[in-house]
Amino acid sequence: MSSYSVTEPSRRQKWVAGILVVLYALITILPLVWIIGTSFKTPSDAIAYPPKTFFTPTVEGYVNVFTTRTRLTEEQLRAIGEPQTWYDRLVRKDGLVISGPSRFAERFTNSMIIGFGSTVLCIVLGTAAAYAFSRFKVPLKDDLLFFILSTRMMPPIAVAIPIFLMFRSLGLSDTHAGMILLYTAVNLSLSVWLLKGFIDEIPIEYEEAALIDGYTRFQAFYKVVLPQAATGIASTAVFCLIFAWNEYAFAVLLTSGNAQTAPPFIPTIIGVSGQDWPAVAAGATLFLVPVMVFTILLRKHLLRGITFGAVRK
Amino acid sequence: MLHSPVDRVAEATPRAIAKRFRGLSDRSLAWLFVAPTIVLLLAVNIFPLIWTIRLSFTNFRVNRPNAEVEFVGLKNYISILSDKDIWLTMQATAHFLIWTLVLQVLIGFALAYLINKKFRGNDLWTTIIVLPMMLSPAVVGNFWTFLYQPQIGLFNYAVGFLTGADPSSFSMIGDVTLAPWAIIIVDTWMWTPFVMLICLAGLRSIPDSIYEAAECDRASKWRQFWTITIPLVLPFLMLAVLFRGIENFKMFDLVVQLTGGGPGSITELTSINLKREAFEKWRTGYASAYAVILFVTVFGLASIYVKALNKVKQR
Amino acid sequence: MNFRHSKSLAAFAAMLAAGVAGTSHANAKDLTLCWAAWDPANALVELSKDFEAKSGVTMKFEFVPWPNFADRMLNELNSGGKLCDLMIGDSQWIGGAAENGQYVKLNDFFDKEGIKMDDFIPATVVGYAEWPKNSPNYWALPAFGDVVGWSYRKDWFERPELQAEFKQKYGRDLAVPKTFAELKDIAEFFQKREIDGKTVYGAAIYTERGSEGITMGVMDVLYSYGFQYENPDKPYELDGFVNSAKAVQGLEFYKQLYDCCTPPGHSDAYMSEDIDAYKSGQVALQMNFAFTWPGINADANVGGDKSGYFPNPAGPDGVAFAQLGGQGISVVSASEKKDDALAYIKWFAQPEIQQKWWQMGGYSALRKVVEDPGFATSQPYAQTFLDSMAIVKDFWAEPAYASLLQAAQKRFHDYVVAGQGSAQDALDGLAKDWTQVFDDDGKY
Repeated sequence: MSSYSVTEPSRRQKWVAGILVVLYALITILPLVWIIGTSFKTPSDAIAYPPKTFFTPTVEGYVNVFTTRTRLTEEQLRAIGEPQTWYDRLVRKDGLVISGPSRFAERFTNSMIIGFGSTVLCIVLGTAAAYAFSRFKVPLKDDLLFFILSTRMMPPIAVAIPIFLMFRSLGLSDTHAGMILLYTAVNLSLSVWLLKGFIDEIPIEYEEAALIDGYTRFQAFYKVVLPQAATGIASTAVFCLIFAWNEYAFAVLLTSGNAQTAPPFIPTIIGVSGQDWPAVAAGATLFLVPVMVFTILLRKHLLRGITFGAVRK
Repeated sequence: MLHSPVDRVAEATPRAIAKRFRGLSDRSLAWLFVAPTIVLLLAVNIFPLIWTIRLSFTNFRVNRPNAEVEFVGLKNYISILSDKDIWLTMQATAHFLIWTLVLQVLIGFALAYLINKKFRGNDLWTTIIVLPMMLSPAVVGNFWTFLYQPQIGLFNYAVGFLTGADPSSFSMIGDVTLAPWAIIIVDTWMWTPFVMLICLAGLRSIPDSIYEAAECDRASKWRQFWTITIPLVLPFLMLAVLFRGIENFKMFDLVVQLTGGGPGSITELTSINLKREAFEKWRTGYASAYAVILFVTVFGLASIYVKALNKVKQR
Repeated sequence: MNFRHSKSLAAFAAMLAAGVAGTSHANAKDLTLCWAAWDPANALVELSKDFEAKSGVTMKFEFVPWPNFADRMLNELNSGGKLCDLMIGDSQWIGGAAENGQYVKLNDFFDKEGIKMDDFIPATVVGYAEWPKNSPNYWALPAFGDVVGWSYRKDWFERPELQAEFKQKYGRDLAVPKTFAELKDIAEFFQKREIDGKTVYGAAIYTERGSEGITMGVMDVLYSYGFQYENPDKPYELDGFVNSAKAVQGLEFYKQLYDCCTPPGHSDAYMSEDIDAYKSGQVALQMNFAFTWPGINADANVGGDKSGYFPNPAGPDGVAFAQLGGQGISVVSASEKKDDALAYIKWFAQPEIQQKWWQMGGYSALRKVVEDPGFATSQPYAQTFLDSMAIVKDFWAEPAYASLLQAAQKRFHDYVVAGQGSAQDALDGLAKDWTQVFDDDGKY
């Protein structure tokens, strides 16, 4: 090898490291694979002993997560006649009929509205504040920044009581707007700190050049800084979304019929009797897809995001 | 942590130039940009906090709108701090906090160290390792009750397969000695990738030139590891510990779904205990005092920790 | 994907979309009924189609699974939410809901519509409708009668080789237990037994920590052992009643049963876990509410002749009681559609609707239905239901019921599952906790 470097690990080191990491990855991914696998099992395969690795896949779990089903007596079943659709046929073999859609689609929609709504709001407010903290002499800057971080230290249950009372008197209980505001507030600390790190790294000279060219400060921010910070904004958005998407405590305490998101809903999916594990797994799998796609698309920037942009190379 | 290079640049810029470049509207622009954030945080975080503090001195109950609200002084605080059971939940929380941090730091750092060897495909495997972090903790907790089931669960089956023990001979969430570990295992499974990512960022921030210089001084690899790698990654590791510490101090969703605080009250962490007081017994005043105590604790610990972190960074 | 397939997929999607749209826009003529998510609720959806057809009102349902039911719905009531117009709330909530004005008082409505509480099973009227108890103040109409009882594997009990072995071991026939001691013998007999190549276990009982599970199970046994909530002559005097020697004996029995005869990992089980254990053929005996019986009867694995049912057996003194479940239907005060909600209750109370309710798997509390000569034989579990309903007792229904329940959950789980302290300690502690709650409430 011509270009020998002292910091380049040897072939053997790479092999050993690779094997250990792959081993860990395989173990750690197993529960996740199991969840996805279970979503394609029938309820009886799901609780088989010993656990079944090979099984005939079915989409029963996915049908169950989207529907509610009723048990009818033999004569009632005869009265309504043969099942008309593939999903009707699927549940009919257990003597059930679909009585209507479940709340899953609705909860999922709520998660979309609240998750993405709060992420957008959080990014808008966070970028503005981060820019100000990064570029201007804000009085009491350090104290304000620590204050912003400290808001993340409060256990959600602790502030849930007064928020519950406040929302009740403002009519924000169980509304999308209330939850968006709440998640935005919780995530703002993260977004301000992350974005400040990213904006700090953008050389101030770019803006100075823009100002000399006659841009106003706002134009410089809008036309020079924002495009430079795009990847930072995107990775911050992933973090905000992951939190808002998966949040449970506030959702379970402050929402009920109208604005409840999917995380409190999925663990409560039950079948005609007992917990319907394939349906729970199907719900969990579907719910994972949006964040997973988002994460894989932005995986290159995650590393920077997670360290508040502290990586300088 | 608070002194970024940009601050230094800004401070170093001569006043006259700065003034010309920033213009007069800067101050108002700064306020315009910061104000919405501060207002929202005041409304949704600080105002409720003040309200909580006020309620903590009363016997108010949300579910008794007709009852008279009395000022009870420090009664709530005294009865919480002298409650043996609450100290037990504090111990359970501390046990959970310490072990999850230790395990996640050790495994997370080791993984980052290995991934930094830059073997082929490390990018793909890193992405795979990160996936558990993307799940909803409540859903994870719920699904792990299934994985932990003695007869049909994957976990017991795998342990049985590896050790030859009967999978139905032990119950992770039903056994008093195993249950605290059951929650630690799941949290570690879920959040080790987070610590790993931060460590990886730390490792990648160390310039090659430092190692090259050490190599010239004929420092052993072992010595390089302890004198270069560890000290330079330490600030990152401490940051990871801060985040995980704060999150796990607040831990609610995962554990409430996994064990519900049981068996008995073995895994009843403070947040679960607090939720029972606030939203099941509806002792609003009492629960508010409880919340204030928890907040003061975490805020105090975090402040001390951030000071230490800043010292390490400045070294 | 062929055309037919894609069309049905589209139909599926359309149905889901209808679900989303239907609930986000409140129709002028609609009612929301809140209840737990379980078999009977699905049956009620079917039943209510008749009301929808007759009244033109669209019914909507909010069903919350049991472990979260109380949390969610009490949260809803306490926050003055308008989600629910009708609430089929748990029996223990009635005190709080009545005293805090969360339910509409129904006396005038009953008088006007000629609905008489005498027409309903007396235990359900006291349990689901009255506050204060045993006074003619009605806050609900008994909607669903329920009680803890037992189901057992009749097919296993009938096996000659098992019968012979049991007789040799215990000196009596393998049959439905008359006392809890007999029940434990049977559970022990089946524990870890090999049946058809599968290891089976004795009994599935309630051990859940989070909501109310273990309390419902423990109480079910304690009543028969002689536990009393308070001094019958002096309300709220607990010491010596809650922690009486008999009560201690009962709690010790429950722990023995948990230790000897439950399936592995049975440390956090309530209704659905017990059903799972029973239906998957893991256990010989199952403690559960009567609502599970229609589902068991229809089950492919354990249904029909394979299962039998029996009411709670007697304690050492020969008396038997059973834990009351079930709910009444109430109108929520915060609702803006009280008239429609009352119309629903009026419709629901009709004898022919109640009859249909029973046929669909809902346990009607109407005497006309259950006292019908054909009732007892109409289903294999009907007689057991009647026998059980005759011996019910219920947990505190005080406004502070949640605090009382939480204390019981903690004390019982600490002792029975976590094995900490003695039964005496647990009940002494419970008496102290409860006294404290009543003290805070100014009940002395």
